[in-house]
Amino acid sequence: MTRLDRGGLVDRSVVLSFSFDGRRMEGHPGDTLASALLANGVRVVGHSVELGRPRGVFSAGPEEPNALVRVGADPMLAATTVELYEGLAAWSLRGKGRVDPHATDDRRRDKGYLHCDVLVVGGGPAGLAAALSAGVAGARVILVDDQPRLGGDLLNSRVRLDGARALDWVALVSARLASMPDVRVLTRTTAIGYYDHNYVVAVERRPRGERLWHLRAAQVVLATGAQERSLAFPGNDRPGVMLASAARAYVNRYGVRPGRRAVVFACTDSGYEAARDLRAAGVEIAAIVDPRPRAGAEELAGQVVTGAATGTGAEIVTGTVTGTGAEIVTGTVTGTVADADGLLTEVLVGDRRFEADLLAVAGGWNPVVHLFSQSQGRTVFDEEAQAFVPGVSAQAERSAGACRGRYGTAEAIQDGYAAGCQAAQPTGKRQGGGFRVPETDELPLRPPAALWVVDPLSTDAFADLHRDVTVADLARAAGTGMRSVEHVKRYTTAGTGADQGKTSGAVVAGVMSALLGAAPGQVGTTTFRPPYTPVSFATLAGRDRGALSDPVRTTAPHASHVARGAVFEDVGQWKRPRYFPLDGETMEQAVLRECREARTGVAAMDASTLGKIDVRGADAGEFLDRIYTNMYSTLRVGSCRYGVMCTADGMVFDDGTTTRLADDHYLMTTTTGNAAAVLDWLEEWRQTEWPGLEVSFTSVTDHWAMVAVAGPRAREIIGLIAPGAEELAFMTYAATSVLGVDGRVFRISFSGELAYEVNVPWWYGRALWETVLDLGAVPYGTETMHVLRAEKGFAIVGQETDGTVTPQDLGMSWLVSKRKPDFVGKRSHARPDTARDGRKRLVGLLADDPAAFVREGAQIVGPTGPMLGHVTSSYLSAALGRSFSLAMVRGVAVGDRLSAVSGEAAVPVTVVEPVFYDPGNTRRDGDPDARAVAGRVEGCRRESPAAAFAGRFEAAGSERVRLREVPFVRMWEVHGVDPGVGLRLGPDWWLVTEDTEERPGRVDASGGAEERPGWVDVSGQRTVLELTGPGALDVLITGCPIDLHPAVFPGHAQTLLGKAAVLLERFSDPEGGYRIYVRSSFATYLAEWLLDALEG
Amino acid sequence: MLLIDCPHCGPRDENEFHYGGQAGIAYPETPATATDAEWAEYVFLRDNPKGWFDERWFHVHGCRTWFTLRRHTVTHEFWKAP
Amino acid sequence: MTHPDFLWRNPDPRPTYDVVIVGGGGHGLATAYYLAKNHGITNVAVLEKGWLAGGNMARNTTIIRSNYLWDESAAIYEHSLKLWEGLGEELDYDLQFSQRGVLNLAHNLGDVREGRRRVNANRLNGVDAEWLDADEVKKFCPVINVSERARYPVMGATLQRRGGIAKHDHVAWALARKADAYGIDLIQGCEVTGFEITGNRAVAVHTSRGRIAAGKIALASAGHTSVLAAEAGIRLPLQSHPLQALVSELLEPVLDCVVMSNAVHVYVSQAHKGELVMGAGIDSYNSYGQRGAFHVIEAQMAAALELFPIFSQVRVLRTWAGIVDVSPDASPIIGRTPVDGLFVNAGWGTGGFKATPGSGWVYAHTIAHGEPHALAEPFALERFTTGALIDEHGAAAVAVAH
Repeated sequence: MTRLDRGGLVDRSVVLSFSFDGRRMEGHPGDTLASALLANGVRVVGHSVELGRPRGVFSAGPEEPNALVRVGADPMLAATTVELYEGLAAWSLRGKGRVDPHATDDRRRDKGYLHCDVLVVGGGPAGLAAALSAGVAGARVILVDDQPRLGGDLLNSRVRLDGARALDWVALVSARLASMPDVRVLTRTTAIGYYDHNYVVAVERRPRGERLWHLRAAQVVLATGAQERSLAFPGNDRPGVMLASAARAYVNRYGVRPGRRAVVFACTDSGYEAARDLRAAGVEIAAIVDPRPRAGAEELAGQVVTGAATGTGAEIVTGTVTGTGAEIVTGTVTGTVADADGLLTEVLVGDRRFEADLLAVAGGWNPVVHLFSQSQGRTVFDEEAQAFVPGVSAQAERSAGACRGRYGTAEAIQDGYAAGCQAAQPTGKRQGGGFRVPETDELPLRPPAALWVVDPLSTDAFADLHRDVTVADLARAAGTGMRSVEHVKRYTTAGTGADQGKTSGAVVAGVMSALLGAAPGQVGTTTFRPPYTPVSFATLAGRDRGALSDPVRTTAPHASHVARGAVFEDVGQWKRPRYFPLDGETMEQAVLRECREARTGVAAMDASTLGKIDVRGADAGEFLDRIYTNMYSTLRVGSCRYGVMCTADGMVFDDGTTTRLADDHYLMTTTTGNAAAVLDWLEEWRQTEWPGLEVSFTSVTDHWAMVAVAGPRAREIIGLIAPGAEELAFMTYAATSVLGVDGRVFRISFSGELAYEVNVPWWYGRALWETVLDLGAVPYGTETMHVLRAEKGFAIVGQETDGTVTPQDLGMSWLVSKRKPDFVGKRSHARPDTARDGRKRLVGLLADDPAAFVREGAQIVGPTGPMLGHVTSSYLSAALGRSFSLAMVRGVAVGDRLSAVSGEAAVPVTVVEPVFYDPGNTRRDGDPDARAVAGRVEGCRRESPAAAFAGRFEAAGSERVRLREVPFVRMWEVHGVDPGVGLRLGPDWWLVTEDTEERPGRVDASGGAEERPGWVDVSGQRTVLELTGPGALDVLITGCPIDLHPAVFPGHAQTLLGKAAVLLERFSDPEGGYRIYVRSSFATYLAEWLLDALEG
Repeated sequence: MLLIDCPHCGPRDENEFHYGGQAGIAYPETPATATDAEWAEYVFLRDNPKGWFDERWFHVHGCRTWFTLRRHTVTHEFWKAP
Repeated sequence: MTHPDFLWRNPDPRPTYDVVIVGGGGHGLATAYYLAKNHGITNVAVLEKGWLAGGNMARNTTIIRSNYLWDESAAIYEHSLKLWEGLGEELDYDLQFSQRGVLNLAHNLGDVREGRRRVNANRLNGVDAEWLDADEVKKFCPVINVSERARYPVMGATLQRRGGIAKHDHVAWALARKADAYGIDLIQGCEVTGFEITGNRAVAVHTSRGRIAAGKIALASAGHTSVLAAEAGIRLPLQSHPLQALVSELLEPVLDCVVMSNAVHVYVSQAHKGELVMGAGIDSYNSYGQRGAFHVIEAQMAAALELFPIFSQVRVLRTWAGIVDVSPDASPIIGRTPVDGLFVNAGWGTGGFKATPGSGWVYAHTIAHGEPHALAEPFALERFTTGALIDEHGAAAVAVAH
């Protein structure tokens, strides 16, 4: 064991047992895996990726290129970044991670969204000072630091502030920060990315899983410190060769002796500090090798002795430097010697040899400019510091302390105070400043040696330890003609290792400058790319996994479909029943049965997913004329009309029926997949092209549940649930009572049979569905719907069309108005290629063998020549007793004999008209004998969208946070004139709710509002989930990107929560709370999301 | 994640918006009389400058307003009137 | 592998060349190489404002395939793939071209329909293609999650066995070395700032290193084409967007094929050294910033883990972005421009790398003869006026509506 008896920040009273390559070992709280391995005498942690050379711990931080291990489910971690815990099992690697397919990983990932005035990155002297001064100035501050405790490099050093331990000062500042309500300190949190508009992403390591923070700051202070670097000398990769700052950290912070006898290679004065601290820990200093002129070295070496003394209170050593054994050699390390295991045994300095098992290298300091560089700031090479430092800021950002070359503790603190004050200026409520900078016992630092490489041709002087890149490899790259460090990086792989170039970047730049005879500043570094430290895929995914990976949208009757054993298909985010198999039925059998019922009896489909848009205004008809290819301004009130709309380049975009409810009032239906796109499309044209038209749009897709009742006997059922509506003429509609509630019945047919589309508000959708089935309708799904419409030759957008098909191509010229001067896409139809003959057209295909089935996607070829088109739809038809297909084919006529090729099969087919069933539309009015039975079915149970969750909501509640649904809130959307009540959603858009219960402080003052003309009833469009309790805010910040700070949040806002669009309303309950208005079809997703969040 | 200043809702994250491309593309007065080339220009041709760009955004998950902002296509900063 | 000891000279520009290629990326270098090899034109300069192949060539996910839907696309990409199959030998360089197979996953009935359609079209166009059902996908790529309980289950996939990956840098350096050996000047750190046009003919370029006269000038500067064309007074139907990609740490072999899913925007393969290379969807807004938004990466990782739960603890080491110029129909624009002697090759969007040799081949021909190569003809600018688009994304990315 090389653990020291005392000193450091590890808790020796507690023993943690862990294993490495199966060997059982012990460590303490406060250890990293690396320090624990060193304490257990482990010198070789792994082997290198290309050459298989033994490698040991090289650093004490995230820059580690050597000590890479597999830990449980983690394929590859740097041992220097892993906090030790009881039972940790680590395995050595050969430079590559290993994915364990059997590893179990039940850690919980989460995300968080926070906003602040000042974000401080780094909790060292500069960062602490910045956070304090910004906090005192009254700014909202977030301080992130990657270590378990604040202090930064002060944790590793023995520097004294005002004669006391530096950590006393850290404790003082930490306590003051903790006392400020608007200062949030996140430890174990690494800022990994700095993006546009001061957006910083950070990873918090929590025992039960990582949290990915998204931080938006008005001002950013970077206090990310500096990392020591090595330099390229032969044998610089031996186990035992370590950064001097790391050796210092191991003795001071972890109480571990990294070696018995050390040589310190001091290209910079921090090497002397390391020598001092190592010596104080009982490490014999064989020599301090300093390539710089001797001036000042003795004084520093003296510091090694006396400093050591004062530092430890051990016996005072007097005498000369040499007398202490710490001989100062002016020169450079020229090589190392290793034993049979590859462990360091000797250090060569020219012709001198020093026996040593530790070579502590202080090659110089690299300010950590990664985040600055990611923020698009340009780094500049500082000749004095021999390092790249931040240049001009590109964002509202400033660097402070060691990350801009202010290495001294006192000057870093001073720099931090100033940066914090400046950052708080724009938002600060109070005047900052006036902070006293403590006295330190540090000596002024001499400039580092401008030394990067000892032997430019050496084949074992490594520039990149992880990728095994030597200076000889770099020389070879330069020899090929490469001048750019980016080329060299790619040619040699230098800088692409697990340490992301942290230890190699500056060395490579230095070596290349020597090779190319240019200054390092001219050579430059490769770009610093996010993330700053590696981040697991799971952490980036957060909670968007499995069922929550994308919202599942469901309809009001969904639970009934599940209970009935429906097989679903995904259509956009919707789950739609594809077919309803009875016991043991295959899909083919089920679909044939469903089709037969629809053609001979009566069947029903849940059509609720169809997009529904309420269109109002004096110019509604004119607007629709411009959007659709056909006329709507001439449509009679109460009538329905099928229409197609095109994109500007004339291709079919969407279709559906639109009904005129009143002179200035239409209801448009869209395809399921395009509902949102069409609504956006209408808004775009209204707002950006035709602002003069008086028309407004309201989505009522979720408000109206829709059941299509089809079949010759449909009249019987309609007569019972909506008496009178059964007599509706084809393509007309009636607003009528359905099961005793206000509903709408449209007589529209997508099957050729007598059919009605019955609409009731969401709350009654499930009851309507179940009633219709109870009355004898057979449920059918999308597959049957597809077959029925195909038999009639009706095209489906997205199946017959693919973004390259015009209405004319679909044989719908009759639907393209010749009278209208213009409509969207009209001009494109006249382009040479679009207007030409011989384009692909929709045709029917019949296989010569009625039993032969042509696969959808089959390509059509003639006797000779190229492909003529493809099969878009293909089914077995119960009505036809054979297979049939629709296809888009060019240059063919009815009767042509072609071949449909799919895989190995080529099926002979004949072109027919694309209407296979009842071309005369004789079945449209159904079975004349099937009259409505007298009587009516009344009363229907209502159900709110989240009703099924009541129990789980109750159970998930705690005194910190409670969740419930506020069901059946009546709501109206209002466009145009300010109703004077309700929540304003947009410039001329309001949501008025009938306040079922008064809540103190609710913004919406529309208590007991009554519907007024022009208000659109959207009561079923959304439901309300209520989140109350002191913990409510903590739940919301895991998925809501906006600033919810009471001082900033306006009281209500439309935004995102998880992946659902919501209206968020805060009310000042005694303990505070929120109402979340969510689309009814998203209620299940959001309920699951919130329940999951409550577990966090 | 850009921070986009919606004229109605204030600054919001980019993923609440849909991008609308170049602003100020007027629909031709009389498409019927436009030449194929003129029509193709309206449908397909958009500026693509390296620098300041007047572009449209649609606050799809907020107030559903279309608006125009000037943004720099290299720095991504939004124009602030001096 | 060991690289050659010498790759290219670093010459100063000469005052005049027969052909000046603007852009030293993959397409520019391939064009230079085929100008010399196929057409004997060697008095050529390739002008690169940064370092050779430092743009999208250095930033793509190196996927190579030719299984495009439309005849015109299949023809040019298949020509390219055939060139790939002999390129390493021809250039005497290990391109690490690995025909490990490319899967394009289907997640809904619309994807299945589109996939089968594309497979059948490919086979009739002489492009190898197979349709795999979910079980066959699992057999071909055991680490994919094909559970039916997945949010968007894998319902099948198209497979092009001849598809795969290559090492992008090696490709660029191999082409550069040969071009240099033919005497072609590869001039780095030379930015074109303008064109000299007399009587509607381009006669010279103005650069950060002075005026360079040219018999013909060929743009091959993906991402920045619009900016250069504007200097010549030409507007092109192109928009520049960031396209992000990332790599993981080095891993021992775990994935031996290429998996693509347009529906959820996952494009993944494992490079020879062992890192997972993944591409994301393009960022929505116009940008020349060579960086994208973080939420695009987050969404991509969530989608990736639905397909590959086994990668849960694999870590992202580096993310970056290229700038792709996207045309309205997601197909390239190759050929003459309204300015005589000025040629354009742009709009490859996300598909540029796989086309490198094919694009260079047809572009070199078009430049040498002043007439479009037969394979390039359908990709001329005129299609946007006539309406004869080659709409790959339209065909690939429509959800079934009803």
